[in-house]
Amino acid sequence: MGMTFVEKVLARKAGLDKVVPGQIVTVRPDHLLMHDNASAIVGKIEKDLERWGLIDKELPIIVLDHVIPASDEKTAAGHKKVREFVRKYGVRHFYDIGYGVCHQVVVEKGLARPGDLVLGSDSHTCSYGAVNAFATGIDRTEASALLLTGETWLRVPATMKMDLKGKLPVGVFSKDLILSIIGDVTADGASYRCVEFHGDIEGLTVGDRFTIANMGVEMDSKGAVFPFDEVTMEYLDGAGVKDTNPIWADDDASYWSEKEYVMDDMVPVVSTPHKVDNVRPVEELKGLKFDQCFLGTCTNGRYEDLRIAAEILEGEKVSPSTRLIIAPTSVSELSKALADGTIVALVEAGGVLLPPGCGPCLGAHQGVMAPGERTISSSNRNFKGRMGCKDSEIYLASPATVAVTALFGELADPREVL
Amino acid sequence: MKVWKYGDNVNTDMLFPGKYTYTCAKPDEIRPHLLEDLDPNFASGVHSGDLLVVGSNFGCGSSREQPVVGLKAVGIEAIVGKSFARIFFRAAINQGLLLVECPEAVDAYKEGDDLELDAKAGTIKVGGSTFTFPGLPLEILGIRDAGGLLEYTRKKLEKR
Repeated sequence: MGMTFVEKVLARKAGLDKVVPGQIVTVRPDHLLMHDNASAIVGKIEKDLERWGLIDKELPIIVLDHVIPASDEKTAAGHKKVREFVRKYGVRHFYDIGYGVCHQVVVEKGLARPGDLVLGSDSHTCSYGAVNAFATGIDRTEASALLLTGETWLRVPATMKMDLKGKLPVGVFSKDLILSIIGDVTADGASYRCVEFHGDIEGLTVGDRFTIANMGVEMDSKGAVFPFDEVTMEYLDGAGVKDTNPIWADDDASYWSEKEYVMDDMVPVVSTPHKVDNVRPVEELKGLKFDQCFLGTCTNGRYEDLRIAAEILEGEKVSPSTRLIIAPTSVSELSKALADGTIVALVEAGGVLLPPGCGPCLGAHQGVMAPGERTISSSNRNFKGRMGCKDSEIYLASPATVAVTALFGELADPREVL
Repeated sequence: MKVWKYGDNVNTDMLFPGKYTYTCAKPDEIRPHLLEDLDPNFASGVHSGDLLVVGSNFGCGSSREQPVVGLKAVGIEAIVGKSFARIFFRAAINQGLLLVECPEAVDAYKEGDDLELDAKAGTIKVGGSTFTFPGLPLEILGIRDAGGLLEYTRKKLEKR
């Protein structure tokens, strides 16, 4: 019997020939991701660090992205503490404010490579499955322990195989696909499992795959991963990654479940409050009014997302009954959008440009809603209170659906304008 | 001892809103906001030794450990649930908080029922019925028994 992707990665990292689901293995991750929360993570072990030191300067990756630039004295003090830790212990992979959302930066900088194991103190660490890495989220305390020891335990998850067939129609995007899958699987349908995507994936860009892998945690999967192919190779080549050691499932691997999704049948959808798996076709809710439209985040704020929004909004104006907020995923994605006029088109249409970072997604600053307001967002979570106010509503959608909703001030179907 | 009962898919934003995550990390900072958007009476009404009985996928969402840190700090003895989201499950082990995955016990529980938990035996009595729940694998039990991952890690480092 062969092994799945995650079984192979964990066997390799544990130095074993074979592992089976349920088995507990001790592993040393290739990297440990932290962001603004590094200040709290380091704060737990200051004396321990003095005594035992940082296990490996190459292990941590720190990207300041969640509340940037600092919004108040407390967040500023947190950033300062992170910078002091980086200097004192010689952390090699540090990205201060001015790079973008951590997950995008990790992939852009070639720090998550095919076949790697990356743990991160952020639930969307699973994004690196887009480039064939096994990556998953852990809590702050575990990140603290990893800084001291470099190793932890993992339970080998069983795997769900999802076979993607055909091609997404015009006006339907990878976000619609993954929201539809989550609607089908439900919010805990992949709990303690890894999800492997198979099938006709050659038409999905690394950005598309990022969007899909990123939302793996919204069905509670432990990882969501794509195979390594020419699309990945070309992208990673651009990121300067030369030596790759990709891994993929054996043909005779054993799966917990197998399911097929026909991409040609997909339609634009939204996730309605307050759960990501409350998925409904846009067509059923057309005309719903929105106070705010948000384009950005690690899920959907890359160049291709900004571009499709600009195609819809170029030469037009955002409806006076709503407002559009844009937070590009990273500086390099923003640069591409600056170079070809995408940003000019969005800003001239009335979009408000924020610095590359998490922006309003987590409700800590920038674009917080008032009670009774409603936002349509290209982000990944519509939990009650997520954007800072428990008496507001969040709908999740593709960047195209966000843009066309900004244009009309009410939910509209991007297939009608594209 | 009071039992606090909640439903399915209670997420980390309901347990501890994101707006506090970069300003509150210590137990006394977390406590006033614990379960703020789920149950405004919880933070002021909870007592040491209380239990939570919850539905499926409890703690889904962010890798936010403050709810676990806070619940442990106010003295919650255990959370009895149908299922727990993966990162929350791991965070509970790392803080030494007992999670009891036992859907039958959750279904059986009605408000006012007596609830008796025997962690060592792996049994839970609800009203007149007794249910069993699986313990943690041996490899991991040591982390919880040490009182949490950092205590466990320090002991390990001392031995080196």
